[in-house]
Amino acid sequence: MYRYDEFDAQFVAERTAQFRDQANRRLSGALTEDEFRPLRLMNGLYLQLHAYMLRVAIPYGTFSGKQMHQLAMIADKYDRGYGHFTTRQNIQYNWIKLEDTADILQALADVEMHAIQTSGNCIRNVTTDHWAGAAADEIADPRPVGELIRQWSSLHPEFSYLPRKFKIAITGAPTDRAAVRVHDIGLRLHKNLAGQNGWEVMVGGGQGRTPLIAVTVRDFLPENELIGYLEAIMRVYNLYGRRDNKYKARIKILVHEIGAEKFRAEVEAEYAKHPAQQTQVEEAELARIAKYFAAPDFETLPRMSNRLDMARLANPDFKRWTKNNLAAHFKDGYAIVNISLKPVGGIPGDATSEQMRVMADLAKTYSFDELRVSHAQNIVLPHVKLDDVFAVWQKLSEHDLAAANYGLAGDIIACPGLDYCSLATARAIPIAQAISRKFADVDVQENYGALKINISGCINACGHHHVGHIGILGLDKKGEEYYQITLGGSSSENASIGNILGPGFAAHEVPEAIENILSTYVKLRQGKAEDFLSAYRRLGAKPFKEALYAAA
Amino acid sequence: MPLLKNNEFVADHFIEVADDMGLPSAGNVLISSSRITEAAALNLGIGIRLNNTDKVEALVANFPQITLIVLPFPAFSDGRSYSIGRQLRLEGYRGELRAEGNILPDQLQLMLQVGFDSFLVTERFPLAAWQAASQQMSLAYQRGLYRNQETEVWSSRHQGFNAWEEQPHAG
Repeated sequence: MYRYDEFDAQFVAERTAQFRDQANRRLSGALTEDEFRPLRLMNGLYLQLHAYMLRVAIPYGTFSGKQMHQLAMIADKYDRGYGHFTTRQNIQYNWIKLEDTADILQALADVEMHAIQTSGNCIRNVTTDHWAGAAADEIADPRPVGELIRQWSSLHPEFSYLPRKFKIAITGAPTDRAAVRVHDIGLRLHKNLAGQNGWEVMVGGGQGRTPLIAVTVRDFLPENELIGYLEAIMRVYNLYGRRDNKYKARIKILVHEIGAEKFRAEVEAEYAKHPAQQTQVEEAELARIAKYFAAPDFETLPRMSNRLDMARLANPDFKRWTKNNLAAHFKDGYAIVNISLKPVGGIPGDATSEQMRVMADLAKTYSFDELRVSHAQNIVLPHVKLDDVFAVWQKLSEHDLAAANYGLAGDIIACPGLDYCSLATARAIPIAQAISRKFADVDVQENYGALKINISGCINACGHHHVGHIGILGLDKKGEEYYQITLGGSSSENASIGNILGPGFAAHEVPEAIENILSTYVKLRQGKAEDFLSAYRRLGAKPFKEALYAAA
Repeated sequence: MPLLKNNEFVADHFIEVADDMGLPSAGNVLISSSRITEAAALNLGIGIRLNNTDKVEALVANFPQITLIVLPFPAFSDGRSYSIGRQLRLEGYRGELRAEGNILPDQLQLMLQVGFDSFLVTERFPLAAWQAASQQMSLAYQRGLYRNQETEVWSSRHQGFNAWEEQPHAG
């Protein structure tokens, strides 16, 4: 894991002092709310429906047990004993006081964390594959480049007042678990025939009210040119991105309006003006960072574990959980443990301070002190010995953390919605809870197979409904919440935007509508091997429409 | 409106001359770019006002004749002029680069780093606020920008390599 050196520590300390001064000026009245707003936003502080909300960055989703303990401390001392893990590998606290914020940022700085640029019209927390450095299918760990981009983008003088927010996602594996095609910039690692690594650079993806899939502007950018090339993209966007309408200000609109070819030409022309040929420093910095991400001290172990197999035989619940929640590790004798933060009827992504401490201690004891947060709002223990998996599960079970629904119907992504968010048009959490209860039986979920149900409480799509296999969008019609259903979205390497099925549903009708869709799928699928998304892509919307709206 | 330069409020030696007005016989004038040749013939000090939608390329040939370029910040959230200022510096402009409009003290250090060196600011904030704001951060990660007192983190970690690009400071 990356560790701050004296420069990083000083940088965050100064930034914290700067915010303390800004907050004091606001509290004294020296700054108006209008003037304070962009400053607080660039430190992750929002004013929400009921209180301030603080969004803390977990860069590229990687953190330690010690850091998780501190997040738990903050939840207890400054919030209401819980936190909400988000789709952008951040954690949010919903009940924050402005007076406390500088102290919280200090507590974060104490464990090498911050809330810099988790909001505002700037480059946000860079996200990546939550299995990075552990996945069996990976070309290379993308996190060193994630850290390089974190540093480069931190308080970038030229790119701190962009037309709109800017999100970069990176994957080092052919299976895209980081949704790179629906980000402002997506980077995907490729290896060429000469064995060199390079980046496929994708620009202009995004969700929100205009969902678009990113276009590739470079097939293979040499690794050492990345920072210079990113600067060219950012400059073109900063100069030409629309500022007259905030709903048209994202880079995807610019790419769409001028066309991919013209956009590519603008970027290449800008890049050609100042080709970053002197990149030895960037190369040396990337090499320095990469050392922190060297694989941990794995033991040499057999591929199979008798202890694990025996425990599975003796305990059907455990067996089911291992089937759904474990993933293949590149190292024999180890597994990736996915902890679902989606208990039946729970709030997706929420964890109590006690649960945070349990996961922190498990990471320390069993996973080289490493944790990940995934964009699907779950927690990952990336490096667990197969021999230890049963002990981990037992501990998780004692704390309502052993839901065996990873990647299934109960593993729902949901934004905070109208329960917290000032932008929301409808509630998202209660819908997620109702669906979760409807499919509480894991047998039922397993029968439906791999499934992503994503719920957003407004058109801004923080709940990623556009790329849910089943997406649910909460809207408001004359004071009544209603929910539009989309099918066929995907954020994977074959990304697609879901199609709206038809008229929306009232909140209480949604779980039954979802069940109806899934029953139709089960009836029409070509065996269990054909998952929901594949079946939808083969069948199209028609049979689902008929099933849903026939009665009406 | 006070003009901030090198952390002090200073007198503005440029006089704005509208397009339909005649040029003076001496002094420094702030004019539109179409009048550069006319002003150069009179040996005037030439300042140019750009829009934040103007292309830098059109002006590069005139850099030797220009001693001031003024860029607008119509709202403090409108960051286009950060990139135009940086482009001007990257293209070799070494005269005075002035920011004008809605500028907050907390933005001053960012503007200094992309190459601005004078600021026409509102009277809303006292000089002390601007002076304090100019050095809020002592560190910066990025390379290839103007550095005043900031330590460049990457360059400090890895010494003995070439600079990103040569960045001599403005006069």
